[in-house]
Amino acid sequence: MATTNVVTGGQYNYDIVRKFTIMTLVWGVVGMLVGVYIASELAYPFLNLDLPYITFGRLRPVHTGAVIFGFGGSALFATSYYIVQRTCQTRLFAGGLASFTFWGWQLIIVLAALGHVLGLSQGREYAEMAWPVDILIAVVWVSYAVVYIGTVMKRKEPHIYVANWFYLAFILATALLHIFNNLAVPFSATGSYSLFSGAQDAMTQWWYGHNAVGFFLTAAFLGMMYYFVPKQAGRPIYSYRLSIIHFWALIFLYMWAGTHHLHWTAIPDWTSTLAATFSIMLLLPSWGGMINGIMTLSGAWDKLRTDPIIRFMIVSLSFYGMSTFEGPMMSLKDVNALSHYTDWTVGHVHSGALGWVAMISFGALYHLIPRLWNTKIFSEKLINVHFWLATIGILLYIVPMWISGIMQGLMWRAFDDFGNLQYGFIETVIEMHPYYVFRALGGTVFLLGMVVMCYNMAVTIRSGNTRAVA
Amino acid sequence: MEWLMWFTHFENTKPLALVIFFTVFCAVLFYVFGSDRRSQRLESYKDIPFLDEHQDAKGK
Repeated sequence: MATTNVVTGGQYNYDIVRKFTIMTLVWGVVGMLVGVYIASELAYPFLNLDLPYITFGRLRPVHTGAVIFGFGGSALFATSYYIVQRTCQTRLFAGGLASFTFWGWQLIIVLAALGHVLGLSQGREYAEMAWPVDILIAVVWVSYAVVYIGTVMKRKEPHIYVANWFYLAFILATALLHIFNNLAVPFSATGSYSLFSGAQDAMTQWWYGHNAVGFFLTAAFLGMMYYFVPKQAGRPIYSYRLSIIHFWALIFLYMWAGTHHLHWTAIPDWTSTLAATFSIMLLLPSWGGMINGIMTLSGAWDKLRTDPIIRFMIVSLSFYGMSTFEGPMMSLKDVNALSHYTDWTVGHVHSGALGWVAMISFGALYHLIPRLWNTKIFSEKLINVHFWLATIGILLYIVPMWISGIMQGLMWRAFDDFGNLQYGFIETVIEMHPYYVFRALGGTVFLLGMVVMCYNMAVTIRSGNTRAVA
Repeated sequence: MEWLMWFTHFENTKPLALVIFFTVFCAVLFYVFGSDRRSQRLESYKDIPFLDEHQDAKGK
């Protein structure tokens, strides 16, 4: 392989990585706490306290915004800035602009949350923010692209490592999705009308919504996986050629699948069929990537017993495999007729979000933090405690949601002998109640694990220093 | 410009899209697996994350 002038730690910009890493932990706790609260509200509605600011409808986008963009986004900024420097053997391009992406991104999360609590919403899922915040997002995102692409362009390593491909696809696709989904005509300082209408508006929304999952929550975290799994395992990725196929197949197929969120609605039927077809095809690259990650441990399976960080990563890949099987299955029209609008969808999303996104992020952060602060992890035992709390929390969340969702779907479609609906809506709600309690409990256990991680990392960071390693 | 109308019919564009995408997929597969030398070169890139490992000495 043609290389390389290895630069020293002092020549890398780790300051920006540290900032984003800390905010990942902060937003993780905030976002998951809000999630637990709204899950509790669904089980015990008196928790609304009759305050409009903390009703489910307003806090739900606060939860999704804080965990997806706050926790997930900060984790992606941190890891992408770290990986691009280390795999390109060069310092981050435009340090000032990188700093701007940090402060700008944090401001966006705060402004979005405040707007949601005050009841300002565009009514677009995962893109509820008012138009001035949308413009700020576009500016920060373009700055991110400049920093990232600038760093890749001045690389000292001739080849661009595959993790960077995934991050580049994520940056480019997110820019496109965000800009086109938010095309709107403002009518006040905070209100706007979408440029699209009717079924086209719905299709634009779900082109964005599904690809936010595909590129923000999947492709980018695969970039994280392709760097941190080999590093933590101490062995290179199983097959680099498979990673190339994985990359091109995944980014090509994802873009077409969004309309499966709109089965059995007013959209043209062929778009529905097309989306389901591409969703089924997506299983192949998804599982190719999962196998590539898991097989990296081939010949070193004992690490699963001895290294809790590897355990986080491999379990995250297992959840990735499971939810990328479940997703295509739910995209089939007949399955979707039962699953859509039920808690099954919520369970599916959280098996991906908690099982894949959060678990791979935890693994990456446990690898990253001691290296950023030149120290050792305070307690491996606490990592293990976190692992089990997270795993049990996820299972307590998703299993009740599966049961609840399937039961909900079956009750909604049940007819009596006279052709009338067998159950009233309130009867389904009563049946859901025990599962909602378990869901809140699962979220609480997962949040507890996150708090344990924050304590462990806070002590680790305090024992470290930020002097450059020579 | 009448010939452009050919593309407005799904019965034309669907098989065309299939042929284009399948050809590209085969080309990618051939590029990745078609030559031993190229395979060796591609697989050598998997070591890139380990090139600056000496910096990780303290962070175990």
